[in-house]
Amino acid sequence: MTKRTIIPFGPQHPVLPEPVHLELAVEDGKVVEAIPSVGFIHRGLEKLVEKKDFFDFVFVAERICGICSFIHGMTYCMVIEEIMKLEVPDRAQYLRLVWSELSRLHSHLLWLGLMADAFGFESLFMHCWRLREKILDIIEETTGGRVIFGSCKVGGVRKDISADTLDRIVKVLHEYEREIKEITDVFIADGSVKHRMSGVGVLSKEDAYHLGAVGPTARGSGVDFDMRKLRYGAYKNISFAPVLETAGDCYSRCHVRIRELFQSIDLIDQAARKIPAGPLEIKVSGFPEGEFFARTEQPRGEVIYYAKANGTKFLQRLRVRTPTFANIPALVKILQGCDVADVPVLILTIDPCISCTER
Amino acid sequence: MSLFSMSWVVLKSLFKVPATVRYPFAQKHYYENTRGKIMFEVNTCIFCGLCQRKCPAGAIMVERKDKKWELDRFKCIICGACVEACPKKCIHMEHTHTKPAVTKEKEKHIHA
Repeated sequence: MTKRTIIPFGPQHPVLPEPVHLELAVEDGKVVEAIPSVGFIHRGLEKLVEKKDFFDFVFVAERICGICSFIHGMTYCMVIEEIMKLEVPDRAQYLRLVWSELSRLHSHLLWLGLMADAFGFESLFMHCWRLREKILDIIEETTGGRVIFGSCKVGGVRKDISADTLDRIVKVLHEYEREIKEITDVFIADGSVKHRMSGVGVLSKEDAYHLGAVGPTARGSGVDFDMRKLRYGAYKNISFAPVLETAGDCYSRCHVRIRELFQSIDLIDQAARKIPAGPLEIKVSGFPEGEFFARTEQPRGEVIYYAKANGTKFLQRLRVRTPTFANIPALVKILQGCDVADVPVLILTIDPCISCTER
Repeated sequence: MSLFSMSWVVLKSLFKVPATVRYPFAQKHYYENTRGKIMFEVNTCIFCGLCQRKCPAGAIMVERKDKKWELDRFKCIICGACVEACPKKCIHMEHTHTKPAVTKEKEKHIHA
């Protein structure tokens, strides 16, 4: 009879700087069950909405996550704008798209670096982050912040990008495209990387769908699930098709993110060519009353914002469903039956963001 | 599939300048938009307290009676809400970051 051993994973673990705890039930070196527990860094940001002016809460919403910060702020603004029936100017919508895609670029490059670090490829990790740094420089130049953009507000955006700067950014991004390709080719073609990732942690299309996986985790299993297809904001004027892979293993999840890097550059290019001139924001007066759900696509997947307002300057309720939270059931599923040595790599392939999950 | 696909990238890196800034011998380049730290001019301030109300982190304290304006730089998240809210434009954003400090002291400005 095989003996079952419980191995605790986290909340402190070298592969993941964020606190998530998993109890791994192991038999003969194979994980038979994984029980996740979260709640180490709950900050109560959803409750804070009752004490902060709805207009200023965008600063808090942006700080829910350090990587997908802009899209958190943008989704919050979209909810309030929809409740208040505000028509956001086109130029602001396009600028929001550009910053969303820049944030996707830097998030995916960060993930590729972390992934390389997880399977012990130090030089690849450093090259990924070297490229990410260049994207961060573009973000700093256009918004003033490196990870917390602070450029989105209810009714529009705070900062403008001039036509010259936008053209230069597109040109620079196309130059980086070559460098990014050089690095991502290593992920795709290198024998050791492929050996480490292909066939590991397979999530079938049915499982991904039924467990409610979102983002690259779902798209890596062939589930056509990209919120940008809802055509919110300026996405309605941009042509794109979601990136899909069908194998459902670590390698295909990695491949989805790599292809999304090039897709993001293309989206920024399209936006730069179509961006109209005009105002950046509209004046907001009065207080919101009503409720609304907004769904947008973050680098990690779909985020849902729900807000209920009662006509005062404080919102009554705010609920945020973040992508990592939706991906945890899928993670538990792919951990079943894997080797103990694969656990860190598998946890990393869903791109977990625990501070998002716990808010 | 190849075993040495990274070698070319690594070889090229040997002959390139470092990607990092050699701090403290070289300084980082700041952009015009960079949010580094907020600066305050006490003489134009009317002590209306709008900045204190708008600050998401509660880093600013304004006392109208004593004409005192206090900033806790350790609480400030450099969001720029106060810069936007100030009716007299006496708060502005500077590109460079705050120097490291050894004591947690509040910055006090009193109107002369």
